[in-house]
Amino acid sequence: MKLIYEKSQAGRRGIGIPKPDLPVPAVPPELARQEPPRLPELAEPEVMRHFTALSTRNFGIDTGFYPLGSCTMKYNPRVNERLAGLPGFAGLHPLVEDDAAQGALELEWNLQEILLEVTGLDAVSLQPAAGSQGELTGLMLFRAYFADRGESETRRKIVIPDTAHGTNPASVTMAGFEVTHVKTDARGNIDVDDLRGKVDEQTAGLMLTNPSTLGLFDENIEEIRDIFHGAGALMYYDGANLNAVCGVSRPGDMGFDVVHINLHKTFSQPHGGGGPGGGPIAVRDLLEPFLPAPVVVKDGATFRLDYDRPKTIGKVRAFSGPFGVFVRSYAFMRSYGPGLLEMSEVAVLNANYMLARLKGAYDVQYDRLCMHEFVLSARHLKKEHGVSALDVAKRLMDYGFHPPTIYFPLVVPEALMIEPTESEAKETLDAFCDAMIAIAREAAEDPEIVHTAPHSRPVQRLDEVRAAKQPVVRFQFGGHPARQS
Amino acid sequence: MTASESYPDDLLYHAEHDWARIDGDEAVLGVTWYAQDALGELVHYEPPALGATIGKDASYGEVESVKAVSDLISPLSGEVLEINQKVVDAPETVNEDPYGDGWLIRIRMSSPDEREQLLDRAGYARVLEAEA
Amino acid sequence: MSYLSLTDADREAMLATIGISSVEELFRDIPPGVRYARELDVAPALTEVELQRHLEELASKNTVDEVCFLGAGIYDHYVPAVVDAVLQRGEFLTAYTPYQPEMSQGVLQAIFEYQTAICELTGMDVSNASGYDGTTVAADACFVAKHATGRSKVVVTEATNPQVRQVVKTYAPGFGLEVVEVPHEGGTTDPDRVRDAAEGAAAVIFQQPNFFGILEHAPELAAAANDAEAMPIAHVDLVSLGVLEAPGNYGCAMAIGEGQSAGNAMSYGGPHYGFLAARSDYIRRLPGRIVGETVDAAGDRGYVLTLQTREQHIRREKATSNITTNQTLLALAGLVHLSLLGPQGLRELGETCMALAGYAQGRLAAAGLEPVFPEKATFKEFAVHTGRNAREALGAARAQGIYAGYPLGRDYPGLDDALLVAVTEKRTVEEIDRLVEALS
Repeated sequence: MKLIYEKSQAGRRGIGIPKPDLPVPAVPPELARQEPPRLPELAEPEVMRHFTALSTRNFGIDTGFYPLGSCTMKYNPRVNERLAGLPGFAGLHPLVEDDAAQGALELEWNLQEILLEVTGLDAVSLQPAAGSQGELTGLMLFRAYFADRGESETRRKIVIPDTAHGTNPASVTMAGFEVTHVKTDARGNIDVDDLRGKVDEQTAGLMLTNPSTLGLFDENIEEIRDIFHGAGALMYYDGANLNAVCGVSRPGDMGFDVVHINLHKTFSQPHGGGGPGGGPIAVRDLLEPFLPAPVVVKDGATFRLDYDRPKTIGKVRAFSGPFGVFVRSYAFMRSYGPGLLEMSEVAVLNANYMLARLKGAYDVQYDRLCMHEFVLSARHLKKEHGVSALDVAKRLMDYGFHPPTIYFPLVVPEALMIEPTESEAKETLDAFCDAMIAIAREAAEDPEIVHTAPHSRPVQRLDEVRAAKQPVVRFQFGGHPARQS
Repeated sequence: MTASESYPDDLLYHAEHDWARIDGDEAVLGVTWYAQDALGELVHYEPPALGATIGKDASYGEVESVKAVSDLISPLSGEVLEINQKVVDAPETVNEDPYGDGWLIRIRMSSPDEREQLLDRAGYARVLEAEA
Repeated sequence: MSYLSLTDADREAMLATIGISSVEELFRDIPPGVRYARELDVAPALTEVELQRHLEELASKNTVDEVCFLGAGIYDHYVPAVVDAVLQRGEFLTAYTPYQPEMSQGVLQAIFEYQTAICELTGMDVSNASGYDGTTVAADACFVAKHATGRSKVVVTEATNPQVRQVVKTYAPGFGLEVVEVPHEGGTTDPDRVRDAAEGAAAVIFQQPNFFGILEHAPELAAAANDAEAMPIAHVDLVSLGVLEAPGNYGCAMAIGEGQSAGNAMSYGGPHYGFLAARSDYIRRLPGRIVGETVDAAGDRGYVLTLQTREQHIRREKATSNITTNQTLLALAGLVHLSLLGPQGLRELGETCMALAGYAQGRLAAAGLEPVFPEKATFKEFAVHTGRNAREALGAARAQGIYAGYPLGRDYPGLDDALLVAVTEKRTVEEIDRLVEALS
């Protein structure tokens, strides 16, 4: 399909600009634009059609089943879009005085109250823009806490299990800490013996996803809590998998001191092809003084943003957070009410049902009940038929499904990480399982059709090596490399 | 064209899948067939600076495929005398000829005795067996 | 619950397949000591009708009917209807990161087009697929500069948006960076002071137009940074780049900024997108997603996420950033808006803002509200003396339905009587006349 730049014709335009009958002040010549940017020139209908055509080459939850493990691709209610677009929300400038934003602040306050109940903690900052920024903010709070206690020089280490998302170690580095790795045991829990030898007076804390990226709840969580708190260290809960445990088990009750909540996962902010997200953090009271400013405060019947926070770490993004995300997630939470428990129960039921149906056809490294997601391995298909997890993923497209997450977590070879969410009907789960089983059969009978999949998409398999070797990362107009289609 | 599996007799090996070819007080370093096979087709080579000092068992650079990054672990300590520009320009050379055109750096050894700690072909074969 | 499909019969059949007898049993691996035994203490569920009513009530408690002259980083620009229509396409709205390119050519091509637009506007070679906002991309840029130069100090001008500076300062200790601020002099930054401060620095970040709306001597600031071999990083407004020179054309190493002006509603501060573009030298150090062109097995053109070895899921603790979820949908909005504008529309948009802002500045001066920084060229925003505490002036104007601007005293001691006034293409001459009257 042509790029929008290749459809451009000089002299066309897609929107008019008001032109008041006023002089335009001159820009000093040394600061003025010399060559106009080569933006596309199209009339409005062609712009609409271009992006509509692009959208048809994309696949979303609205299109079909999207069991991308660890990403919680649940249905995004349409009413939430309408609500986020209400002029009283969308048209509100973030720097208005608090009296002009009482509804927005009340919504933020209400959202915080629900997050506190779900996490079992004491205070919230809505500011972080996504889960990984929540992680970084949480680690900054660790640093501020230990600095306040005069321990910032000694507490340098953050313990991370080998099943962790890559964001965890990356956040540790950005926060100026060092990573200590801990192994996974035979049941898929943290290896507590390995852990004991690694936690000491130099440990600042733990980062843990629970249930883990294997979809397993750590059975030793109380022992782990005692090890860290016994050493004077803190615990960070990566909330990526909170969808498994709303109303079932609370991170605060597990002993965690900071939690980030991925509003775009558990609470249904649409993923938007990569974002936006929302990554509020909830913390135990001992960390509250260090929260980013401003925080939402309730004084009697009115609400305000409190900037007067002497021990604050500062700001991690502008304003009080991505408000439009809050509207959608708040609306989602209010639609469920206490039924958020049922949301998690169904997510876990769906995952276990699929696991039960698929564990004959694929390998399962840890034979336990799973939580909201599970990890299969294609290692036997690979060994016996040369069909990899990647091949299975590509072939699933021909059956009309978005593939699961593959090659993660790293502790499982040829991993296929499947997260159905609560949104799916049993018929959908069955159709997906049927497809997975059919692909395992194809791997034995007709591996070529799997190797060369997908056969039904607008493009065939793409050459990622070429893209990485000679990166072409923008259209180069006249100088663009020769191209087809 | 990817090379077929081999581990030449005239090289010394490091358990992190690196090799050294020693010539007088100099050595040429590279990665083994096993390493390039595990990574897949290489798309980038990040070499050390000319003249840099590198230490045994420490990283002196990186190679990347599309989906993986690997530190280059030096089997020997020394000073970097030459970088293989051919691999900088065409990293897949390592996949095609890991022990020949796909060498990575040439160094002057600072502790030639370190060679005693490296593995011969049979010793490295045992490392590979253990990993399998 | 209308978002759930399972019937009682479904549940029974599924439990039987699993081989357990109750949903409760699914959670048997959770130690009893950490099970939550109560019902969640949250308000009862609402139906869609009730939800709409509740949220409309909250929205009505916000004041959005005052004429908006407030800017300071977020602007009341017009968002075309096509932007909303494209963003509501479920295939874009409800997809995630294009990990599987064959399923995601739509968003991959859109990002490639976005990267091209950002590069064209800023004069750079490579753009990522978005950062969180205009503040976090500044912190990202510091991280790039630190690793590219091996230096551990960054310089930020005081005339850069205060929230950008605050975020940089919050991130800096973790990066091992010291932050040095160069004060403004009469509303602009002195290149000589930048040159001195830049000695031994990884980067110099300045804003053009700066926080006061004033045009800096940007080429001289970039040259001052380059003299000290520090990376010049310009924080720019996309809407200005039809009339103002691209940072790449006056020596900058990177260009960053808040994208909200192009395509996003103000929405009380987000979600918006931060853009980050650089010269090709820095491509392997950039944070976040980058889309590249390639071919498929049949030789046809297609797009993929590329240079992923920079990213956290591969490089983990050595990654260029921890960013994963970004602001793709908002960046797509920016692309759609920019595609509607085209080069001519973007230029006219800038000129209209300048014409209206110039008119406002002149009328205010005539009414006795003098500019805080006289004789300085501005773009769409400017500071005026109100002759009293600016918050009082703001309150008085609000009583007449005018939200007159941003009190600069919030961030700049000594400017307590100054109001920063922003004028977009949405304002009219009549509204500006009302502003003048309200402030007089």
